[in-house]
Amino acid sequence: MTHLESEINKIRQAALEMMNMVRNQMRKCKEALMTGNKELALDVMHQEKRVNGYELMIDNDCENLIACFSPVAIDLRFVLATLKINYHLERIGDNADGMARNVLDLEDAWSEELLMQLQLVEVFDMVDEMMNDVITSFENEDSSQARSVFEKDKQIDLITDNALKIIAEYIRKDQDNVEKNLLLLLIHRKLERIGDLMKNISEEIIFFLEAKVLKHLSKN
Amino acid sequence: MTYDSPHSIIGNSHSDVLLKSVGTHLYYGDVHALKGIDMSINTNTVTALIGPSGCGKSTYLRLFNRMNDLIPNVRIEGEILLDNVDIYSKQIPVEELRKNVGMVFQKPNPFPKSIYENVAYGMRVNGVKDKTYIEERVVTSLKQATLWEEVKDKLKKSALELSGGQQQRLCIARAIAVEPSVLLMDEPTSALDPISNSKIEELIFQLKKEFTIVIVTHNMQQASRVSDKTAFFYLGELVEYDDTQNIFTKPKEIRTQNYITGRFG
Repeated sequence: MTHLESEINKIRQAALEMMNMVRNQMRKCKEALMTGNKELALDVMHQEKRVNGYELMIDNDCENLIACFSPVAIDLRFVLATLKINYHLERIGDNADGMARNVLDLEDAWSEELLMQLQLVEVFDMVDEMMNDVITSFENEDSSQARSVFEKDKQIDLITDNALKIIAEYIRKDQDNVEKNLLLLLIHRKLERIGDLMKNISEEIIFFLEAKVLKHLSKN
Repeated sequence: MTYDSPHSIIGNSHSDVLLKSVGTHLYYGDVHALKGIDMSINTNTVTALIGPSGCGKSTYLRLFNRMNDLIPNVRIEGEILLDNVDIYSKQIPVEELRKNVGMVFQKPNPFPKSIYENVAYGMRVNGVKDKTYIEERVVTSLKQATLWEEVKDKLKKSALELSGGQQQRLCIARAIAVEPSVLLMDEPTSALDPISNSKIEELIFQLKKEFTIVIVTHNMQQASRVSDKTAFFYLGELVEYDDTQNIFTKPKEIRTQNYITGRFG
């Protein structure tokens, strides 16, 4: 292995560790939200500091690699993609932290019926599958798995659109818990944002592996 | 003007393509050194030829001013066109060709003459007698080669007293003094320090406004910095030829990628 390859490998390993850390954060977040477990919520917030630390470390390593090795072609695309993936992962961590804070603010748990209607468990599970797809894709350098994230993001968007109507209806019926139920809307929005960030990460992996830019394609 | 323009070969085709090779093969005896190269080079561009040692890039460069003719047992097939004129046709004298195609080598090779006489040399060989014209061209060429400020007070001094970087810029001034349309450069900075290297690179960027430059380099970063197009040669084949930005961000051929990322072999 050349010096450059070993430096790239170091960054790849750190990025994979960060992906797994954020995935773990999201799993704990789901558990905390479903059960109202504040200890777990605190754990998610604590992990956010580690995620931030990884972001700084990966940024620094990428900067050094560009300065010292002037990478080109697939190596350059790897560094550029990893810098952006790093940023998106940190944003996912922020959103997980935000949801954990929502759990801490909660005085009593949400109604199970409402949680079911909102399909929160399904959305969390889809995010977990998306995480699995991007980790496998990045690790095995297989862009096909990254592509499967796009469909899941669409599904999350549909569920979130529906969530607004469900929560509005619930608030009309349950006037005593307006603030508590509105928190669920915020949580849904964060999950939708996380889906978008996972899609961005997949696009970066495809850019790295195939030199194709997919950003904004569907909007144009 | 008292001096006949050297551009008698070119200026007739009105095409953007100045240099072109069509199905070019070159053999050194039994060795097949260039294998069917098709390539077009546009006017006022910088084209970098890259590839591992022995891949044929310098051989290809030397085709454009018929330097390979000097090597015994060389056989060339196909066409090399300068402004749509076959430069290997019997109607084109080599001397006439070399007025149009200047060359700068890896190691600075000034003549053991004064700085002034080095730059004036090509014009004198071409029979230019007009002293005022020669003087004007010497000054202009030294300015174009960004050497004027450093030598204007010592033009009569020996060129051999200059530093390596200055000598190389003097050689560039000497090459452009006869107003060629093409400038060939064979690893022009490989023997220079980083400061001289960056001066030459900046000079290449300035010179492409007036000249079409083809440069052989082993320095990938130099190729990516100075050239508009890059051609990757391997084992006598032209593997890939594209915009430099494409070559260094998304090469189409895996062999190109392996070479430029240092994974070759």
